[in-house]
Amino acid sequence: MIEIGSISSAPQIHRSTSRLSPANRWDHFLARVGVRRSQHRVEPGLYALGNPTPDSPVFVSANYTLSFDALRSSLPGIDGYILVLDTKGVNVWCAAGKGTFGTDEVVTRVMATHLKDVVSHRKLILPQLGAPGVAAHEVKKRTGFWVEYGPVRAADLPEYLKTHKATPRMRQVEFPLRDRLVLIPVDLTQVFLPMLAAAIVLYFIGGWVSSLAAIAAVLTGTVLFPILLPWIPTHNFSTKGFLLGLLAALPFALAPFLRHPDWTWYHKTGQALEFLLAIPAVTAFIALNFTGSTTFTSRSGVRREMFAYIPAMAWTFGTGILLAVVFIFVR
Amino acid sequence: MLNAYLENTLVYDSALCNGCGVCVEVCPHTVFEMDGRLARLVQPQKCMECGACQLNCIQGAIRVESGVGCASAMIQAALKGQKEAECSCN
Repeated sequence: MIEIGSISSAPQIHRSTSRLSPANRWDHFLARVGVRRSQHRVEPGLYALGNPTPDSPVFVSANYTLSFDALRSSLPGIDGYILVLDTKGVNVWCAAGKGTFGTDEVVTRVMATHLKDVVSHRKLILPQLGAPGVAAHEVKKRTGFWVEYGPVRAADLPEYLKTHKATPRMRQVEFPLRDRLVLIPVDLTQVFLPMLAAAIVLYFIGGWVSSLAAIAAVLTGTVLFPILLPWIPTHNFSTKGFLLGLLAALPFALAPFLRHPDWTWYHKTGQALEFLLAIPAVTAFIALNFTGSTTFTSRSGVRREMFAYIPAMAWTFGTGILLAVVFIFVR
Repeated sequence: MLNAYLENTLVYDSALCNGCGVCVEVCPHTVFEMDGRLARLVQPQKCMECGACQLNCIQGAIRVESGVGCASAMIQAALKGQKEAECSCN
């Protein structure tokens, strides 16, 4: 039947491949170091991967290049469609949490791409981590498409597609060393300027050792903490951070005893205390802020931690800095 | 408070469960398991409150106050005087 009066020009189907180009890898590199963080976008819409037919599967993804590229590069030799949602350049899981990878956007995009005319089946394969934003039964009701939640990781898709059943391992999110390491560069670029500023200010208060202490505290929190996360004892991020910061503070606490044997005992102890109080507080605060980067912290847990430990961080940090200032005058 | 993450807001009423299994599918931390024809809470302490199970449970058998477990977002919200923390990473 021809609808008269309605302009229903077939929407464009973009072409894509499962191969990543050097330009794609450069874009991934920039995203990983935090250059133009919100600008790593793919145009939302429907993409053809290989030579799909009306029977080919439809995969749904976010319009963040790292998400889209992880999906397509996991599907070599597979013909299918990729429906890219407009998530404002944010990855699947975070966008699902914000609701932009959500029921409404799935419905809108299915309609806008005339997906019903492109494929003969009525099934969408969504990444499992899109589920916090999407109600599968709502999508079914509003579009006629069944939502099937695929595995967490795109890399498991070829295995998944054999049976369309995910193993428990495919359903579980982990946080291995590799995933923790890739987060470090972005965090480093964010703390670099404040760290530099703190180092300069502290140089005037306590000399180069104090500058070094600031750098050590920040780097311990941003680099060592994510690497050592699962092996640091205690469950709470704040206490883990305090412990790791205490280790980083030890050499600084010993420094006055080794470098200035002529100082009075209270002067040496005082300076050791400055470092033992201020450095762990900084590391603990950075550690607490890492909760949002992990794959497992709950909001109620983080809230409990914040109320329990932020006052302690503020007090120990404040006392440490106060001591440093006092010792400028009593030296 | 040795472990701030032992308790959370997840509540499950098995009397409402229709055994569809979607909660087992969407949970990234194997909090649910199918036990015969019904879902069962097996490790509630591992829940990260993402809200995927609640949103996808057509029976309304699951309640959880979902939100981002991100201190940085909550600190920013507190500083700006907002009640609800929204993750602010781009």
